[in-house]
Order: sequence, then structure tokens, then C-alpha cells
Amino acid sequence: MNILLNLMLEFGKTGLFSIGGGLATLPFLYEIAANHPDWFTAADVADMIAISESTPGAIGINMSTYAGFKTAGVPGGILATIALAIPSVVIILIVARFLNRFRSSKLVEGALYGLRPASIAMITVAGLNVAKVSLVNLAAFEATHAFGDLFAWKAIALGVVLFLAQRHKKLKKWHPAIFIAISAVVGIVFKF
Amino acid sequence: MKDLLDLYLVYMKIGFINFGGGYAMLPLLERELVTKRGWTTMDELRDYFAIGQCTPGLIALNVSTFIGSKRKGVPGALAAMLGFLTGPIAIILVIAAFLQNFASIEIVQHAFAGIRVCVCVLIVQAVIRLWKSSVVDVITFALYIIILALSVCSTFLPFKVPTVVLVISAGVAGLLISLWKNRKNAEAQKGGDA
Repeated sequence: MNILLNLMLEFGKTGLFSIGGGLATLPFLYEIAANHPDWFTAADVADMIAISESTPGAIGINMSTYAGFKTAGVPGGILATIALAIPSVVIILIVARFLNRFRSSKLVEGALYGLRPASIAMITVAGLNVAKVSLVNLAAFEATHAFGDLFAWKAIALGVVLFLAQRHKKLKKWHPAIFIAISAVVGIVFKF
Repeated sequence: MKDLLDLYLVYMKIGFINFGGGYAMLPLLERELVTKRGWTTMDELRDYFAIGQCTPGLIALNVSTFIGSKRKGVPGALAAMLGFLTGPIAIILVIAAFLQNFASIEIVQHAFAGIRVCVCVLIVQAVIRLWKSSVVDVITFALYIIILALSVCSTFLPFKVPTVVLVISAGVAGLLISLWKNRKNAEAQKGGDA
């Protein structure tokens, strides 16, 4: 079969079945790696996790671009990524239509009553996951068992400053990208 | 046509500066879509995230499609989706073509250790802002705590509860509880009338 078509099928399937996205795409990526070792390997997936943490974009998107490029060049990268996105778009278009029509229905309102706290619980979890890799240093703590080594103090200091700055009357009007850029510079200068 | 181009460009910008994907992009969406353009509200965004969590596909893409289709129907959804993909595709193609060891470059590691701190703080701010409209009573607070505890502890539990199951259960629980509350209210009213 045409390799581009095959790529689009595999990543379309990933887009359709990885509910919630992010790390939910990982099992599918490992499966593709096992079935198509000539496309990319499990080690490539691990590399891509590292790259995805350091570039914009979700890991599913990044992985499909990377695998598509490795398999079939630039057109492969673009087409595999679009294939990943198509199921999302189709399903959400249907849901959006339904939601607009039944927005004021008691059933939709009732479901959202429960989904809202769930949604911010998941946002909190996302925050905790980032905190785990940025504010604490488990590896150093396990090596020394010294309590002071558990926390990445420089990172925590930056976090407190950023938090206060974003609550400040004037500074909170700054674009988040400015805070991100400043943090990158601070990270480089103070060797985080 | 101009509206579609606007959608594409805004989403291209978000795609380029969205580190971490998924929920980490909420603060960016708030700034670009709510504060600057008034295309949606923070509460609506939160609802889109809740639905995007339990429908197939990446959350980031699901939310983009929602906003795009709300503005301009099917073409709008496609414009937002393509805009959002432009940045990541371009960056990964460059990395894949030229920078095989991108993630192990020391200066890159330091920069991203800094960026992660910022992403963490931005997420905390988003939770604070959404708290009041989401956790409105004891029941929603209990749901928040239960879901948070189950997902945080999932690494220690002998069984793993998939996120999608947690979120859908919360939706079903919310539905049942609010139906029960409506019924109780209706009965109380009836009792009052008699």
C-alpha cells in the first residue's frame, strides 16, 4: 500500500482512539513502533517525549510529524499530523452542534455540573505533574536522603516570584509568553 | 475570509508558544481568546476542556475545533486546526532534519527547566480563576477532591483508573445528583402548595 496512505491510516487511528490526548497517545505510538520498525522505534518515542517537553505542541502531534518525516519526508510529516487531527475535528463538530442545541437542557446542564469540578481537578493534576519535574528533585533526594535536596530551591524561588508577578496589578496584564521567555533566560543564566 | 485568516493566525501564534499542550495551554487561550478578543469566556473554555477530555482526540485540538466552529462553522474549525498545527509541524520538521540531539543540548535543558516552572505557575493561576465557577457547593468540592485524589494516587494504586473513566463518571454523577435535586425541589414546592 502507498506509504503515505498507510501513515495517515495509522495516525488517524491514534487520533481517534487516544481519548484525552497527551500521554494517552503513548500506547498507540509504541504499538506503531512495534508494527512498523522501519518507521520509528520505541527509543525514538522516548526521544520524542524529551523533545515534546522542550518544544511547543502536544506529544501526539510532535510524534506524528516526526514519524511521518522519518518515513516519507516533509509531505509525510505534514500528512501524518493532519491525519491525527481529522477524527478530533469531525467528532467535535458533531458534539458542538449538539451542545449548542441542548445547551439549556437540564441533562446537559446536569452533566456539566459534574464535569466542571472534574475538569479543574485534571488541570490541577497537570500542574502537579509539571511541579514534580520542575520544583522537586527526586533523584538528588534518593541519592543523599537529605531533606534539603528534595526541593529545587532555585526553581521554587522563580516560581514564587512568577506567582506574585502574575497577581500584581500591572504585571498580570503581560502576555504569558513574556513570562515564559523570562523563565527560559533565568533557567539558562542560573543553570536550572 | 478575513475572519478565517484571523482564526488561522491566532491559532498559529498559540501553537508556536504553547509549551506542554493540553491543559497547559489554558492560560494562553484565556489571554488570546477571552481577554484580547472576547471570542469566548473563561467558563466556556473550561466546559470545552471538560468535553474535550472525554471525547476522542487530543484535548488541544478538540478545544481549537470548538472555538473555530463557534466562530465560523466547519471552515472555522479547519482554519483553527491547521493554524494550531503549523507551529509544531514546522518546529519538529526542523529538529528532525537538523538537530538530532536537540533535547540533550545543555542550554536547551536549562531553558526548559525554567520554562517548566513558569508553565506550572500559569496552571495554578488558571485553577484559582476557575475555582469559583466550578466548585460551587459541597458536592462539586467532593467531586474535585475525589478525582484529584484518584488521579494523583493512580501511580500507587494496584489498578489504574483511566482519566477518561474518571471524567465521564463525574459527568454521570453530576447528572444524577442534579436530577435528584430538581426532583426534591419540585416535591418541596408541591408540598408547599398543598
